[in-house]
Order: sequence, then C-alpha cells, then structure tokens
Amino acid sequence: MQMMTIQSPASLKPRLQVATSAPSSAREQVLALDSGAQLSVTELRAGFGASEVIKGLTMAIDPRATTAIIGPSGCGKSTFIRCLNRMHEVTPGAFVGGRVELNGVDVYDSRVDPVRVRRRIGMVFQKPNPFPSMSVRDNVLAGLKLNRVKIGNVEEVVESSLRSVALWDEVKDKLKQPGTSLSGGQQQRLCIARSIALKPEVLLMDEPCSALDPIATARIEELISELRQHYTIVIVTHNMHQAARIAQKTAFFFMGELIEYDETDVIFTRPSQKQTEDYVTGRFG
Amino acid sequence: MSAASETLGLLEADSSAAKRALHAKLFEWGCMLAVVVAILPLGSLLWSLVSKGGAAISVDLFTELPVPLGEMGGGMGNGALGSLYLVGLASLMGVPVAVLSGIFLSEYGETRAGAAVRFCADVLSGIPSITVGLFVYGVVVLPMKRFSVIAGAIALAIIMLPTITRTTEEMLRLVPNQLREAALGLGVSRWRTTASILIRTALPGIVTGVSLAIARIAGETAPLLFTAFSNSNWTEYMDDPVASLPVQIYTYAVSPYSEWHSQAWGAALALVLVILVLSVAAKFATRTRYR
Amino acid sequence: MLHTDKHYEAELGALGSEMSRMGELVKRMLDQGRRALATGQVAEAKAVADLDYEVDSLELKIDEMALRLLARRQPVASDLRFITATFKMVTDLERIGDLASHFAERLIELEGGPIPCADSLLVMSDHASAMVTDAMQAYAERDEARAQAVLELDNTVDEAYAQLFPRLVSFMLSEPAHFAAAQRVQSIAKYLERVADHATNLAEMVTFMVNGRDLRHGRIGIPQRSGTT
Repeated sequence: MQMMTIQSPASLKPRLQVATSAPSSAREQVLALDSGAQLSVTELRAGFGASEVIKGLTMAIDPRATTAIIGPSGCGKSTFIRCLNRMHEVTPGAFVGGRVELNGVDVYDSRVDPVRVRRRIGMVFQKPNPFPSMSVRDNVLAGLKLNRVKIGNVEEVVESSLRSVALWDEVKDKLKQPGTSLSGGQQQRLCIARSIALKPEVLLMDEPCSALDPIATARIEELISELRQHYTIVIVTHNMHQAARIAQKTAFFFMGELIEYDETDVIFTRPSQKQTEDYVTGRFG
Repeated sequence: MSAASETLGLLEADSSAAKRALHAKLFEWGCMLAVVVAILPLGSLLWSLVSKGGAAISVDLFTELPVPLGEMGGGMGNGALGSLYLVGLASLMGVPVAVLSGIFLSEYGETRAGAAVRFCADVLSGIPSITVGLFVYGVVVLPMKRFSVIAGAIALAIIMLPTITRTTEEMLRLVPNQLREAALGLGVSRWRTTASILIRTALPGIVTGVSLAIARIAGETAPLLFTAFSNSNWTEYMDDPVASLPVQIYTYAVSPYSEWHSQAWGAALALVLVILVLSVAAKFATRTRYR
Repeated sequence: MLHTDKHYEAELGALGSEMSRMGELVKRMLDQGRRALATGQVAEAKAVADLDYEVDSLELKIDEMALRLLARRQPVASDLRFITATFKMVTDLERIGDLASHFAERLIELEGGPIPCADSLLVMSDHASAMVTDAMQAYAERDEARAQAVLELDNTVDEAYAQLFPRLVSFMLSEPAHFAAAQRVQSIAKYLERVADHATNLAEMVTFMVNGRDLRHGRIGIPQRSGTT
C-alpha cells in the first residue's frame, strides 16, 4: 500500500505562526484574510476505546481547494475530519495520536486550546442543526455571540454571511423566524453561514448533503465550489459522484488507511490502486 | 381455479377477516375500560373535594387565624402562609442544587463520580418522606432545640432533590447531540454550550420537572410533623415552628369537630387547586417561541 | 471483480459483445473482398454490401447503448474508459466497414479482368485484416500487449503501400490500355492503407482503455499526470 503526500517543499513552511502566544485580535484579522490555510496530517491514529479507526494516516491538504474523502462506511472518514478540528475527542472514550498541523502549528500541542482550533476550523454536519431556540438571524450570529466576539455592524454581518451562502434573498424577510422553520436545504446553508460568520480558515463538511433532496444538494455543491476560492474545504461524502463534481483532490480511505490520494480527475478516470478502482466503479465487496 | 383457493379475491367473503375485526374491537374496548378504571378514582376524588370543600372556601379561610372552638368563622391563614414559606425556602435551597446536579450527571456523568451521584439520587427518591423528616429532626431540630421553618424547608428540599436531578438529567439527554456538536463546532466552550444552548433547549422539561417537584412537596405532611411542627399563630421568624396546610388538614381531619372537618375539606380543595394551577402555569410559562 | 450491481455488469457486457460482433462483421467484409480478389469471383464481392448495412445498424445500436450507460450509470475509472473507448472505436469500425465496401465495389468494377499487383494487394489485405482482428481481440481481452503489436503492424502496411506505388506507375506506363484497372488497384491499396490506420486507432483506444494512457499523436498530447506520485 502506498501512502501519498503531495506537497511542494515551499508549502511545508508555515505561512504564519499561530497560537504560540495569545493572539491579538489584529493577528486574528490577518489570519482570517489569509484563508489559504495549510492543513497537514502526520501519522494520525484515532479511535474509540480499544478499537483503532484511523491507523496512522498521513496527508497534506491543499489550501483554497476542496478535498473530498470517500470510502465505504466504517473506513474512518468521519472520524478523520473530526480529528482535524479536535471534535473527535468530545466523544467519551475517544483517543487521538499523531499530528494535525494548521499553518505549521500542531493543533494537538498541549498549549493549544481546542476551543480556538474549532473557531479557526469550522464544521458543517450531516444533518442541518440550526439552534431551535434561535431565529434565523440569531443562528447566524450564534457563534459570534456565544464566543463573546465584539460585532461591529450586526446587520452587515448577518447580511454578508447569508449572502455568501446565497441565502439572503430567500430569508431576508424571515430573519425573525425560527431557524428550524426553513427547508432542509436552507437550514444547511444557514448552518454554513453560521460557520462562515466566524471567518474560519478551514471548513470541514461531514456529508453535508446526505439529508437533502437533489435540488438542495445541487445548491450546496455550487456553494462549495464558490467557497473554496476563499476557504480550504474538506468534505466527507458517501456520494462518489459528488466528490467527482466538486473536489479538486480526492482521497480514498479504506479500513482506516489512506489507499490513494490524487487529483480528482485521476481518481475517477485512472486510479492507480486496484481497491480505489473497485470502489469507484461499484465493484466493492 | 386452483389459484382462487389460495389467493382470495378482494371482494370475496373471508371468515378470518371477521375474526380479525372482532379481535381489534375487543382490544380497543379493553383499553378504554382500563382508562375508565384509572380515571374513576381521580374523578370521584375531585368530586368529593368540590362537593364537601367548595362551601368552606372563602377569603377568610386563607387570611384569618383559627378561632377557639365554638366561635364561628376563622381560617387557616397561618397554614397557607406557612406552606408558602416552607415551599419557597425549600425551592430556594433545593432547585439550584438539584438542577446543577442534573447538569453534572448529563454532561459529565460518564464517570465513577457520576455513577455514584446517580445511585444516591435513586436511593434518595426511594426513601419514605417520613424518614427524611426524622433525619432532619435528628440533625437540625435537636441541635437547634426547636422546630422551625428552616428545618421543615430542609426536609422538603431533600425530598425535591432526586426528582429534579433526574428530570434535569433526562431532559438534557433528550437534547439532540447535534446541537451540542453544532455549538462545540463553532468553537463555543463546553460550559457555555451547556449554559446557552442545552439548558435553553431543555428548559421546558426542566421547568416541568421543578413544578412537579414543588407540587409534590406542597402536599407533604409527614416530614413536617417532625420539623416544622405546627403553630396556631402567624410565624414571624424562620427559626419558629410554622403551620402548614397539609399538617393543618391532617389535624383538622382527625378531630371530632364537624366545623373543622369542613375547613379541612376546603383547605384540601385549595391545595389541589394550587397544585393544578402550578402545573398548568408551568406548561404555559415554558411554551417556547420556537419549536 | 464483478460489479455489485448485476444489471450494470450485464449492460457493460452486452456493450462489449455487440462491439465484438461488429468487429467480426467488418472482418468478414474484408475477408470476402480478399477472397474475391484471390479467386476473381465477383459474386463474393457483391455480398459485402449486405454486410455493410448490418454494420451500420450495429453502429447506431452501440452508440445508443453507450449513451444510455453514460446517462444512467455515471461510469467512472475503468468503466468510463471502456465506454468512451467503445464510443470512439465504433466510429473507426464503421469506417473500416465503408472502406471494405468500397474495396468490393472497385473489384466489381474490374469485372474479373486482369488485376495488376494483385499479390501486393493480398499481402496488404491480410495485414489490415489481421490488425482489425487483433485490435478487437485486444479490446475483448483488455490485452495491452496485443494492442501494441497492432501499432507495429501498421508500419508494415505503410511500407507495402509505398512499394506498390512505383510498381503501379511502371505498369501504367507499360500498358496504357489497362490504365483504368491500375487506377482502381491504386484506390484499393489506398483503402487498405486507411483500414490499417483505423485499426491503429482501435489499438490506441484499447491501450487507453486498459491503462488510461493516451498514445495518440505521440508528441503533442496533454502532459500526462501519472496516477502514482
């Protein structure tokens, strides 16, 4: 089995040092602007209790691109992205080992606060999960308000966040309505807006379309293609064709290992590994 | 045709269909009967309360002190106010402790300490309330050398603890894990996630649990006999014995005087109404804007 | 390894076998032409036109099957390469069928008269036919080596064609009465050379289908991104 890391030597150097000292808000501002965040994973091992789900995985994720993770159920793809923003350790009994570097800083360094990691690396989940006790508007602001971030012009933040997920025109008259009153696809875009409002550098998406109909899915896919010009996106998907449509890079996971990682074109036209070929063509199992 | 003997036409008569319909009807009737059996005692209880106590209810009953036997009028004002003191003080002591314990169990309870707390709460909820009264008699009343509002409230607070703790835990557990993850994923700290998202979402359930616990202690008699005792006058200090509606109802009901009997009925009806109002109010107060 | 979806598997299989059938028909057309050339029996050549009709209808059928597979199965990787290769190969096969028809028509026009340089035509015809057979065999068996062999055979045919030309010219000069016949022979030679070119295309598509490498037009090409890094 071949492990692949596609990385030019220059990109190995951290662009900016983060979290070495208490970052000033000015530095946070700079980081938010330089959203070409470089994520790289080295020898990642993770799992629950005695079972190891991710078995020593190394890969570098391209900045300002969408990287899709595909693989059969139980291959560890969800666990993998949950390790990237330290969400995995929230589950009781979970363990993580290895390195996950954001712009050269290991997010598992003992000096790093997981809460801060999650603010920089946003996450969108499988089922749309707007806060039921909040309005559309408050949902967009939830991350900022709960983190006690000073918001300059509230209405502007709400509008620009909703515009960036192409939801503004649909909900501008429903800002006071509960977030859960929107359709499934709108709720999911609302959740993406909620993440974006925090100006993260990386967006992780864990099967964001699996609960949506084809039209809503198409809108999210279009949105992902737009967002990746500003963010580094990692998406886990069960739908190979979704990966083929939206991702620049695709990684195939199997049994907790990285089997193949390459340009999406290559994975879907001439993968080099037999297992990848069998999976993408539907010859699995 | 041979096929007809195996597959019945949709319009053909079918003896087993009649049998199935009969079974369905019998089951339905059985369920209805059970409901009637369950509701009957409740209905008859309410009926006797209203018919026997309705006439005794008056403003005086809740504002006047009892009068010596033989005199007309008087009321249980001291008991009503005493109950208010006891329940209020017990809630002030019990609710915060119980809700925080519930949060602990739900959010951090997957530990040995959590298991221990859960076990204690379960045991506590099984202890007869009179035992709680005796315990408080031992640790509060005897050292203070007097019955008091404080002692009564402590006893009631202890009785509240397990119910509210476990309801809070259950209600928080019912909050979908996705909301927890949504907040954590936004970089919200653990405690703020709990305080801002989880409690807010679980609030209706928690408030219901609290109001049910309050309703329960408002009717408790046994633990008060050893702690708050009774007082035929207004209670001015928290370390004085205090009258309460349940104890007064008990005293009046076992007395031989018909005047007292009717006052007991009235007070009992009032107590039930208060509990009813409390439950309904809890329902309305917690009806959130968003579902 | 078979597809989890049996129907998909069957549809891909059907596409492959229809292609093989088309390949065989085309080869039969070439062989009938060759036999007519060798024996001088014009009747043999007349049957070729009927086969061409069958080849044309198979082309339509295969196009439709491939189109439906693309639309309904969203094939990827080896399946995608198989279907796109088939899509392009079917056009080449159809052209070979046309060339075989033209070959037969020219023979009929010769009306059993003397055929100059018939030996060279027979050699070219043998080679061209073998190339088609091998390319289709390589397709059916996903055999890259066999496809490579076809590419080499193309040079042999080109050489034969190059050698034939001066012989024909000197024949025309020495026997001007048979100028028309010589011209038809020249056409036939050209057709056979074209058949070999189309067979080369077939072999190139088979190579692409098997390993994902595009061999066409050698030096130009898009820079190849290799699957392994």
